[in-house]
Amino acid sequence: MNATGITSPAGNTISTSEIDESCRVPLFTLFVSAAVWAVIASVFGLIASIKFHDPNFLASCSWLTYGRVHPLATNALLYGFAMQAGLGVAIWIIARTSQAKVVQPWLISFGGQLWNLGLTVGAVGILAGDTTGFENLEMPRYAVVFLFLGYLLIAFFSLFTLHNRKEPVLNPSQWFLLAALFWFPWIYFTANYLLLSHTPVRGIVQAIVAWWYSGNLNLVWFGLVGLAVVFHFIQEFMNRELYNRQLVWFTFWTIILFASWSGIPHSAPAPAWIPALSTVGTVLTAVTVLSVMMNICATCGHGCSQKENPPPGKFIAFGTMAFAVSWLMNVVSAIPGVSAYTNLTWFTVAQWQLNIFGFIGMAVFGAIYYIVPQVTGIEWPCLKSPRRHFWLAAIGIILIALPLAIGGLVEGVNWHNPQVSNVDVAKTALNFLRVSTIGELLILLGNLLLLGNLTVLSVRYYQKHFVPAYREATAELKPVEAKP
Amino acid sequence: MRFGPLVFLSAFFALSLSWCGLVLTPQIQLGRAVQETNSVAKSDLYPQERPGLARQGLQVYRANGCAYCHSQQVQQNGTLVDVVLTDAGKNSNTLAEAVNASLHTNFNAVGLAGGLPKPLLRETTMEEASSLTAVIKKAGGNSEMHLDPTGPDIERSWGKRRTVAQDFLYDSPVMPGSQRVGPDLANVGLRLPDLNWQLIHLYAPRAQVQGSPMPRYPFLFEKRKIGSELSADALHLPQEFAPADGYEIVPKPEAKALVAYLLSLRADTPLYEAPLTPPPARPAATNAPATNAPAK
Repeated sequence: MNATGITSPAGNTISTSEIDESCRVPLFTLFVSAAVWAVIASVFGLIASIKFHDPNFLASCSWLTYGRVHPLATNALLYGFAMQAGLGVAIWIIARTSQAKVVQPWLISFGGQLWNLGLTVGAVGILAGDTTGFENLEMPRYAVVFLFLGYLLIAFFSLFTLHNRKEPVLNPSQWFLLAALFWFPWIYFTANYLLLSHTPVRGIVQAIVAWWYSGNLNLVWFGLVGLAVVFHFIQEFMNRELYNRQLVWFTFWTIILFASWSGIPHSAPAPAWIPALSTVGTVLTAVTVLSVMMNICATCGHGCSQKENPPPGKFIAFGTMAFAVSWLMNVVSAIPGVSAYTNLTWFTVAQWQLNIFGFIGMAVFGAIYYIVPQVTGIEWPCLKSPRRHFWLAAIGIILIALPLAIGGLVEGVNWHNPQVSNVDVAKTALNFLRVSTIGELLILLGNLLLLGNLTVLSVRYYQKHFVPAYREATAELKPVEAKP
Repeated sequence: MRFGPLVFLSAFFALSLSWCGLVLTPQIQLGRAVQETNSVAKSDLYPQERPGLARQGLQVYRANGCAYCHSQQVQQNGTLVDVVLTDAGKNSNTLAEAVNASLHTNFNAVGLAGGLPKPLLRETTMEEASSLTAVIKKAGGNSEMHLDPTGPDIERSWGKRRTVAQDFLYDSPVMPGSQRVGPDLANVGLRLPDLNWQLIHLYAPRAQVQGSPMPRYPFLFEKRKIGSELSADALHLPQEFAPADGYEIVPKPEAKALVAYLLSLRADTPLYEAPLTPPPARPAATNAPATNAPAK
């Protein structure tokens, strides 16, 4: 596709291979760790899911009770996999589109390692019962410090790379990434400072801050990064510019203006204006979906369906569809009449999974399958595995999101009928949850496939580059030894 | 046109807007909230700080992630109003005429004035109730309105009224929950006030609720050999869940704290923003602070 390189104006031309080489170290750290966390997330997700088949499964160990395993699975998915891999792809996109080498790749890699240290400490903390009690922010205070510093390092040098770009005018992916890189420290600092410092905010304000953070993370940060990935790769695969740049600018504004108000459910025990404003913001994100889909359809035109789509393209296409579906689910479930039935049920979980794994996860998988062979210069060990991973992940996420969405609606209707006993409502929902266990299992297999591939590829890379170097170094000695 | 600073300033502007709207303003409005007056028993303040053991229990609730399956947000659709005549006034004839004209009933003066307090309207809207009370007042009588919050959650007896911000004033962390895998717990202390029931339910949920999908929490309990006699706080478990002969199950401090917290969850105080009329049979229930020691 576009592997031939970027034609840059004469002068200090930087070749694509030089840019890729500068990405290698940070991308290796971020992608391999992300694959490991994806496996961890799906293992713990599977354990949590099996608990619905038999509530006594691993119940006697406090470290493996549902209330600890479940938040660990979501945190590993959010921060370990989706965010980490998203940052990796973001660095590559920034370097490629800026035609600039990554600034301080080793420090970015160090930032990634700090991030992973924080995650590991936090994961153990959650299992040990040190969770903060705020959803999506469960990592205890001592882990947050590492996460925050790690992110700052990654973001700072990514922005520096962006600063070194050839063209002063930013392209669409760069707008999204610039905003996202800046967005997270603000919301993360606000939430952690207001909730976990020695004098946290009082009463329900805590819950409001946590909801605000979740909305900003799940919709704005992941929305910005996910769409940057989708837009970049659609341009790269189709080998053409986006149909309408003005429309992308409009999309950008709708995300940062509207999605940033989402997150506070209609049921929130807070003064009514707060959930009401949040509902308005969420409903307006329908415009975001429309503008994105219009632009993508117009860009692809007939090209999409005619060519045989290689696996990275399949992943990106699936991610785009999942984006539209999950954001529309979010819009619909924010409307007061509907939210009475969908809120506090599995429907919201289905929407969340579809957004994080179906949209960001799939887009990032596609990007990894495309980027890694270019950056390392080595093909995937098993050429069929990206395709297999695609099907495992796609069927897996559908088997999670679809039953949970339907189950959530059934649950919501049942909770509204006081004649149905509490246990009966829970039991009806369990049947849907049990189907989703199969989805968790498929996703786990897919993640293992990616991790295995990355591992074999790393070994091959080592053999290709380090072993000859080592041989060369040792070979020189031989004649010296032979002479005397 | 789209240079870095412009993109940056756009993001900065949008995020400041959202931050001011959903972080700063709620903090200004609610961050310094203080106790509120009970709107029926005016001398009571609400909420009261939970007792120490219950505050420890909140941390057990947090550490074990109870909030991932249990919300603490009772929803309310509306309020139904009963109008009760408490005083027929000096001229009960005028009152009877006025009430009859308003309600299209045919009370006579003696019937209306006898057997007070007399319910005149049941489960009606606030508008109708207010117009009737105005009529009664004009005719020289006196009446009361009884407010009954409604909604599926309240019909499930998950609460007497909707949950409001005030209910969480002294809790940290605040965990309103996002899922209802199990029932809402905002008023579990009212609904299931038995300490032993709660302890056995934590140890073996299915011993109390047939077919419950809730996991067991055996790690909050200690299994130990019975000494010279059964410990005072040993659980009395049904045969199916009882330990082997010669052993007893005793709650650890965590279990006791968690149950103390659960029993302290009772948000039934009438407030200005969530009014209700306490049931006349048990006026004591609403006068008691929400944080009373666990009912025995």
